[in-house]
Amino acid sequence: MYKSLSFAFMPCKTILQPRASIKTQDNENVTSYRTKVARNPTMERLQYNYLFPEISAREAQHVKKYPNAKVISLGIGDTTEPLPDVVALSMANYAHGLATPTGYRGYGAEQGSKELRKAIAETFYKDMGIQDTEVFVSDGAQCDISRLQLLFGSNMSIAVQDPIFPAYIDSSVIIGQTGDVETESGRYQNIEYMKCGPQNSFFPDLSKTARTDIIFFCSPNNPTGHAASWEQLEQVVRFAQENGSIIVYDSAYAVYITDGSPRSIYEIPGAKKVAIEVSSFSKIAGFTGVRLGWTVVPKELMYSNGFPVINDFNRIVCTCFNGASRIAQAGGLASLSKEGFKAVISLVDYYKENAEILLETFKSLGLRAYGGVNAPYLWVHFPGSNSWDVFNEILEKTHIITVPGSGFGPAGKEFIRVTAFGHRENILQASDRLTSLLK
Amino acid sequence: MITTLSLLFSRPSSVSIPGKINGVVKCVASPSAEKTAYKTKVSRNENLAKLQAGYLFPEPRIGDTTEPIPEVITSAMSKRSYALSTVDGYSGYGAEQGEKVSNDLHSFLVWSYSLSPPYPISVLSSRLVCLFAPHVEQLRAAIASTYYADLGIEEDDIFVSDGAKSDISRLQVLFGSNVTMAVQDPSYPAYVDSSVILGQTGQFQKDVEKYGNIEYMRCTPENGFFPDLSTVRRTDIIFFCSPNNPTGYAASREQLTRLVQFAKENGSIIVYDSAYAMYVSDDSPRSIFEIPGAKEVALEVSSFSKYAGFTGVRLGWTAIPKDLLYSDGFPLAKDFNRIVCTCFNGASNIAQAGGLACVSAEGIKAMHEVVGFYKENTAIIVDTFESLGFKVYGGKNAPYVWVHFPGRSSWDVFSEILEKTHVVTTPGSGFGPGGEGFVRVSAFGHRENVLEACRRFKQLYK
Repeated sequence: MYKSLSFAFMPCKTILQPRASIKTQDNENVTSYRTKVARNPTMERLQYNYLFPEISAREAQHVKKYPNAKVISLGIGDTTEPLPDVVALSMANYAHGLATPTGYRGYGAEQGSKELRKAIAETFYKDMGIQDTEVFVSDGAQCDISRLQLLFGSNMSIAVQDPIFPAYIDSSVIIGQTGDVETESGRYQNIEYMKCGPQNSFFPDLSKTARTDIIFFCSPNNPTGHAASWEQLEQVVRFAQENGSIIVYDSAYAVYITDGSPRSIYEIPGAKKVAIEVSSFSKIAGFTGVRLGWTVVPKELMYSNGFPVINDFNRIVCTCFNGASRIAQAGGLASLSKEGFKAVISLVDYYKENAEILLETFKSLGLRAYGGVNAPYLWVHFPGSNSWDVFNEILEKTHIITVPGSGFGPAGKEFIRVTAFGHRENILQASDRLTSLLK
Repeated sequence: MITTLSLLFSRPSSVSIPGKINGVVKCVASPSAEKTAYKTKVSRNENLAKLQAGYLFPEPRIGDTTEPIPEVITSAMSKRSYALSTVDGYSGYGAEQGEKVSNDLHSFLVWSYSLSPPYPISVLSSRLVCLFAPHVEQLRAAIASTYYADLGIEEDDIFVSDGAKSDISRLQVLFGSNVTMAVQDPSYPAYVDSSVILGQTGQFQKDVEKYGNIEYMRCTPENGFFPDLSTVRRTDIIFFCSPNNPTGYAASREQLTRLVQFAKENGSIIVYDSAYAMYVSDDSPRSIFEIPGAKEVALEVSSFSKYAGFTGVRLGWTAIPKDLLYSDGFPLAKDFNRIVCTCFNGASNIAQAGGLACVSAEGIKAMHEVVGFYKENTAIIVDTFESLGFKVYGGKNAPYVWVHFPGRSSWDVFSEILEKTHVVTTPGSGFGPGGEGFVRVSAFGHRENVLEACRRFKQLYK
């Protein structure tokens, strides 16, 4: 039955990205048994595949078409460099210990090990008054975002930057906070899109932003690479205070900051009363496959009835989750040790050097490339173009995978996101190929 | 630690338990904030407000495995951890559904796993290519062939996860708030609690200790721990755990056939929790898919937690057949795949390496030994309570013993046992009103602790 379904990819200029349509062949369906359970209407609302599997699928298609081409991926933001020895060894030793009576551990606290929570608080929130008990260790930011949506429920309104990492929007649709998508604009009803572009220096005009319950804010930003300044974040916090909103601040790329921009929302006075912060070891320590992250929920953050948000988040974590893998947590702890942190930061620097090389390349070609200074992403402008077309052309002609900007929202239409993750030789080769194509 | 527990436990009339003991904020309604304290204007999710105070299992975790993980499994995880520090062995994001080992990584791992006389290896440029690949397979394929051989469940029907508890919530997110559900009573609390959180239920009714809009299927000694389906109302989803936590009862082939039939007649979907399948001692089914027709009405959730001691490592899976369709013909698996891609980012690659070792020939043997050890514990506990004249259930096909204390409040019994023997059990009413009058004794523990606990039970109840 399943095999009778066919998928058609229809690139369409008015829709953000190709829409997978499921055509069922009627004659085969007639005899197949169906349950009487209605499909969740929120799932029906999702217009297209999640962005990154879509990119993977394109890559696979391309490799099939050109089996001898050396495809360079500057698409999905996946780390490429091996873990530092001290981190890998800590996990190897921890795993080894699980085979011994003294080293074996069963269930951990769902909120994470006390040592790791402490280490996170001390490393990233020193002098900001964030305690270990306000840190919830997780298996990564993508999971935390969905758990936060479960916490908030369907009766919430959200605001997001446009363009933005798609998980905030998609999880919002799934949980039932949104209406249908508007075909023309590609925007979901009931989401407030805060446009970020060159015209406003990638910071939204808050005076034009409607009040919402939740404001998702990612800085340094994926995909634009922009890191909000102190003054800008002060504005966001004030805006949230005036509106009684909650900020969900995604600081996954904070360690990439070069220019002294704030690394945590909690650097801003008053933020503890209005903001939750989500972060991850993925891009700090190369843990994209190991799976480890955290969310900070300050004790002072309260719902309108005075109930502490942390109490409910704790309940979600205890009911819907069972803790991050203890082995991953051991690795996390090692990466925050003196030696470990030095080692992981040197990898961050490696990726930052990649970003510099790519920025130079685009600059020399006369293209406007934003970001790349405070984040491992470049946001390259191709004015007047459709990003899927540019994506396809780059892929066809240079065998380089990027990510079309419209995958991140309507405001991404004329942009391409290029990641700076990759082996140095691949980055250099990619630069050469791009230079040849775009000169 | 045990003494701390006895100080913290109150004796409520309803099913409420204080929150965690390790210093984390307790899950109870907070005292009103000071008048001047800033509050946002964001309303609390009313579904969270419906939840009764405290998830059932505070520290120390009861139902927690205690024996070390077999070395064949931990060494795979050590090797994978080490491999992450090498150029060829490093991998980043994995497929959210579970590992598809890349060619390079595959080669490296095969090379590093070669324990027997070395297989022919040739080195091409900087890569290691092994000409023999004895037992390194993709995890999804390995799970399918280990647990669902000849049942028509294939590699791409398997979604690897960080455990059954996370999967249950992801399934609830999949189903959404407009579905009705049925659970066994008693049952593992995560099904009910996640249902409340998703907004599928009404308020908790204190008089009957049930949430509105959930169909509770009572399982008692009187009905042989299998619900009388003729009295069960139709619901969209039916959660069914067998072997059962907490009763330990494993449904028979005949009973599961009736369940599948019931689901088919009602157009319902069974969420079958088979986390304890490897504990089955008799010929009770180990998978719902052993029942003809089940692939059109059921999906199955399972876990390595209780097989390989992976409670802290975090690895499980959900199997969704291609034939499981919504009323409009849309395959459930497609939507679950979307959930997994959006709300999850894969189980830890190190845990998955462990999983792969678990389902190798040597790993399966090792898991059976671990399971066998806990089953011996169970037998000792069953023996003890039976010798004391108690009616004891379960314990044959699951690591749980369900002891009947007729006419007594399960919380009172729990407290009595705790205070007088310092042994932690779980009060039956924590699993639902059908658990009243019972106490769950879990068989996880070092052998000497289990023996000591049994000695103390004998003292108390002689």
